Amino acid sequence: MKNTKNNRTIKYKLYSLGALLVTLLILGFLQVNSSQYSYQISILERSAIYAVVAVSMNLLTGFTGLFSLGQAGFMAIGAYIVAILTIPVEQRASVYYVNGISPAIANLQCPFWLALIIAGLVAAGIAALMGIPVLRLKSDYLAIATLGFSEIIRAVIAAPQLDRITNGSYGLKSIPGFPNLFVAFGLCALCILLMVLLINSSYGRVFKAIREDEIAAQAMGLNLFRYKQMAFIISSFFTGIGGGLLAMFMRSIDSKTFSINLTYDILLIVVLGGIGSITGSVLGAFLVTAGREWLRFFDNPLYIGGIQIPLFRSGFRMVVFSILLMVVVLFYSRGIMGNNEFSWAGLGRLVKGIPDRFTKKKQKGDNTL
Amino acid sequence: MTEHTNNKPNILHLENVTMQFGGVVAVNGLSLDVNEGEIVALIGPNGAGKTTAFNCVTGIYEPTYGQVQFQEETIFSNMPKGKMRKMYAGSVHPRTVPIVKNTPDAITQKGIARTFQNIRLFGQLSVFDNVLIAKHMRAKQNVFSATLRLNHKEEERMRSETMALLEEQNLAHLKDEIASSLPYGLQRRLEIARALATEPKLLLLDEPAAGMNPQETQDLTDFIKQIRESYHLTVFMIEHHMDLVMQISDRIYVLDFGKLIAHGTPEEIQNNEKVIEAYLGVSDDAED
Repeated sequence: MKNTKNNRTIKYKLYSLGALLVTLLILGFLQVNSSQYSYQISILERSAIYAVVAVSMNLLTGFTGLFSLGQAGFMAIGAYIVAILTIPVEQRASVYYVNGISPAIANLQCPFWLALIIAGLVAAGIAALMGIPVLRLKSDYLAIATLGFSEIIRAVIAAPQLDRITNGSYGLKSIPGFPNLFVAFGLCALCILLMVLLINSSYGRVFKAIREDEIAAQAMGLNLFRYKQMAFIISSFFTGIGGGLLAMFMRSIDSKTFSINLTYDILLIVVLGGIGSITGSVLGAFLVTAGREWLRFFDNPLYIGGIQIPLFRSGFRMVVFSILLMVVVLFYSRGIMGNNEFSWAGLGRLVKGIPDRFTKKKQKGDNTL
Repeated sequence: MTEHTNNKPNILHLENVTMQFGGVVAVNGLSLDVNEGEIVALIGPNGAGKTTAFNCVTGIYEPTYGQVQFQEETIFSNMPKGKMRKMYAGSVHPRTVPIVKNTPDAITQKGIARTFQNIRLFGQLSVFDNVLIAKHMRAKQNVFSATLRLNHKEEERMRSETMALLEEQNLAHLKDEIASSLPYGLQRRLEIARALATEPKLLLLDEPAAGMNPQETQDLTDFIKQIRESYHLTVFMIEHHMDLVMQISDRIYVLDFGKLIAHGTPEEIQNNEKVIEAYLGVSDDAED
């Protein structure tokens, strides 16, 4: 009995190793043919970055039970810090051509990994300050307060007073991109891995306890404010890094990039994937980002027998997308994964269950006939 | 009337504890003592202020006036402030006292654990995780060591202690069940096990036998006696099942309309006229 269990864990470990190898091979293939597949690569990269932010939002919303809508704000902080710290010094004059650059940052440059860490730390520091008043609020009120904060950050970035640092409404460009695909996906995977490890640690259990019952959590000797603050800071740290990664991916940013729509995109991914499921958030990030692109078909005019179908025009894609979302939320109200996580055993059950489902239906049909 | 326990050191001391919500005085000048190793019951009709008194001890409420001491240390001390100074309607005239406050988690860390009248388990988590969470408070680790798994020894110790506790409480076979799926009696027992996992010196039980049948109540009676012995606990409980209360309590306090109306041994309480009156409402019925 124990032996078979051991065998099974070894088997699952081999599967995981295999999946990792396949992923690396695909990445290697895309890296070699990057110019040919640039469109697909950009979708995948954006998905991976959204996955990081979605998992960090899930850490807060799904695991700690704090509904925050400040993601875009923290992403903006992270993105601008990475941009300011990594744009090559020689290109800065052309980036800040309108207002000039503040001498304080003119020669400030550091490698992208250090810039990402600083981005995360600054976002976390701002979250720590903001958490003191805001985390005393509950549910909807917390969401509104963080939403307001996120808009303030955006307004501050676009403010003319900061023109010489953030370049105001002109945005920042010439941000160096990822050196290669492995760095891009490796960083995203590392962030998600760290959050998974945290969620499965003793601290993750504390977060879940707070989500389940705050009064009981306090009776277990857990200081609510301390742990909520901790979850908020950690989530913001990774959101900041996610913003930095997005800046590296987009290579040019402006304050409009980080409007409330970005937060809604992330929220959508979290809800669609399943609140409280990391696998769900990752899956959701890829599905939503890729789905938007697949649906581009609806934006092109369609002719059937020489007659143009009137609905098919630019913008129709988003209508179809929204309808699909409504369908998902109506029929899978707990998201794709609910609050379950991926496991090989679970996948095995799912695959084995598919033929059963068909045969059962058939049997039922036979009986009625 | 409590001479036989006076030689034991005091563990919980309430002095003139008053809790007023708006114009309603829920607990009015309550003074009581619990000594180490005792089982003390707090009884009274519905709405007498028993749970409010518990909440004043565990920090869920801040008493409007009065002091609470745990092991000779003042854990709460308060006097009416602001608007409450005019509204204060407690029967004890407030003196000026230093202000001491604690949050519920700090109280648990000092060694007072509690259960709730309406069971508060972490419903979506497993039985094992419910107890394991209680171990977090006393674990030596930080968020970095826990994330990077540098605390694996500590984690293993927490897990093995949790498993040992579940085995002692006969819950080990249910460890992977989701807490909210357990039958009511087991949920109560799990809640007590979880409270024990915080390594308390004083255990507050808020109606542990609520909703139990006579057999389950008897089991619970034995269980409370047994945990007192094996964990060297002091138990302070609110309970309505009189047979349970009379069987295991060393002393009983009776609360009615927020005021202490009697206290003494079970025999003394059974024969106390005020208590009988409070429970049966003799004088009210006579007037009707």
